[in-house]
Amino acid sequence: MTIRQSGTPKWKELALGNAVLVPGSSRHNRTGDWRSSRPIWKLEQCVKCGVCTVFCPEGCIAMRRADAYPEADMEYCKGCGICVNECFTGCIAMQEEKE
Amino acid sequence: MAKRKGMEVSIAIAEAASMCNVDVVSAYPITPQTHVVEHLADIVADGELDAEFIPVESEHAAMSACVGAAAAGARTFTATASQGLALMHEILFIASSLRTPIVMVVANRALSAPINIWNDHSDVMTERDVGWIQIFAENGQEAADLVVQAFRFGEDKRVLLPVMVHFDGFVVSHVVEPIEMLTHAEVKTFLPDYAPQQKLDIDAPISMGPVGIPAVYTEAKMAGEAVLRDAYGPIVECLDDFGKRFGRTYKPVETYRREDADILLVTMGGISETAMTWVDRARAAGEKVGLVRFRLWRPLPDKDFKEAVKGARVLAVVDRHFSPGGPGGPVAQEIKYILYGQKGAPSIVEFVAGLGGRDVGFADFDNMYKKAKAVLGGATVPPFEIVQVRGGHHGEA
Ligand code: SF4
Ligand code: SF4
Repeated sequence: MTIRQSGTPKWKELALGNAVLVPGSSRHNRTGDWRSSRPIWKLEQCVKCGVCTVFCPEGCIAMRRADAYPEADMEYCKGCGICVNECFTGCIAMQEEKE
Repeated sequence: MAKRKGMEVSIAIAEAASMCNVDVVSAYPITPQTHVVEHLADIVADGELDAEFIPVESEHAAMSACVGAAAAGARTFTATASQGLALMHEILFIASSLRTPIVMVVANRALSAPINIWNDHSDVMTERDVGWIQIFAENGQEAADLVVQAFRFGEDKRVLLPVMVHFDGFVVSHVVEPIEMLTHAEVKTFLPDYAPQQKLDIDAPISMGPVGIPAVYTEAKMAGEAVLRDAYGPIVECLDDFGKRFGRTYKPVETYRREDADILLVTMGGISETAMTWVDRARAAGEKVGLVRFRLWRPLPDKDFKEAVKGARVLAVVDRHFSPGGPGGPVAQEIKYILYGQKGAPSIVEFVAGLGGRDVGFADFDNMYKKAKAVLGGATVPPFEIVQVRGGHHGEA
């Protein structure tokens, strides 16, 4: 019986102790789809301090834009709102996901 | 073969674990398990055992560190009792689900409140569903022998599950008993060095304990169910091999003078020794009575039990715990599960005895037997009786 690490394996196909045997599984398990609200930036208030990138528990915020403003990777953002709480300029707000 | 030597059972257990060359002991002291871990701490501090002794801040931490150590590939041992076992509760499921073959001895003790440090089985019986192998020792010799065997069948490639070895607090743990310890050389030939099947290794990284979404969780639980049930074979192989090598044979279900008995007592743990002596007396008085004991509790040896009680007409089941507001004692309930719907199944009379260290003596067995005999004669009895309770049963006038 081969081991299957994704999809809908039968019980005999699970790895010992349900371990993940190949690193990097989060590359294909995109965990952003259970989010119920998303952070929205008002970049004109942002001072590019980077605090939000440090506090995001998913590590999904980076100063990745060409103009070096922060941006969240919405395939992994879980909508926790921590960035909103940590940003002291108050430039991030949560907006409910429509569907 | 080594000589029998008078020793405290807790000390014998610690020495047995030490002979198994454990790599990590992570434990928190709790009465009546304390002497086991104190002595192991001594052994490690004296340099007799090259192991890491982690003096943690609680049993929750003790079991967590055990899981971590076992995940890193260490042979891991711990011990606890009562509140300590209860505090480990959530981590016990993780240890079995991650397939970490930890060995833990439990000096069975009642749960609070009221605070009680004495023996019953309320700690173990509330941990039936945690997915561990669970086996009972009735005396110190058995406890020391079962620790060594637990490492072997727990680490068996076909098993890879944690094991609890239960022994009664105080009435077994603190008793000085003549014990024949295996020698280091004997343990070495019986128990191979631990070769983990899978471990955390920075050169070959894996993740243990990831999320199991609804699409996977059911299958993960089924895998746990299958491996624990299938552990029966390797466990029995190991017990048999031990018996062949060292002359002390253990069985999943033990019987005593059951031939031609109409009535069988059913017990578990240290109380079985009193029960055996009582059976001898009753037999001498011409009574057709015998004894059956569960040694293996998980996986439940249902077939062995059915075989052991074949021909009996009444079972008098002695539980050391019960489910308040529920169906009575757990051992009796599981026996009903085993026998339900079977043609000619024996009647079951249920007793809950020895709660929080209350002594159970011959007079109690006499009474239980009298009631079982009345049932044999067609009488009906209450669903279960709490032995020796003052003030009569709930609902009685
Ligand atoms: S909402 Fe949470 S997960 Fe999403 S970007 Fe902000 S901190 Fe990160
Ligand atoms: S914490 Fe606020 S101000 Fe600082 S970089 Fe993030 S969004 Fe901009």
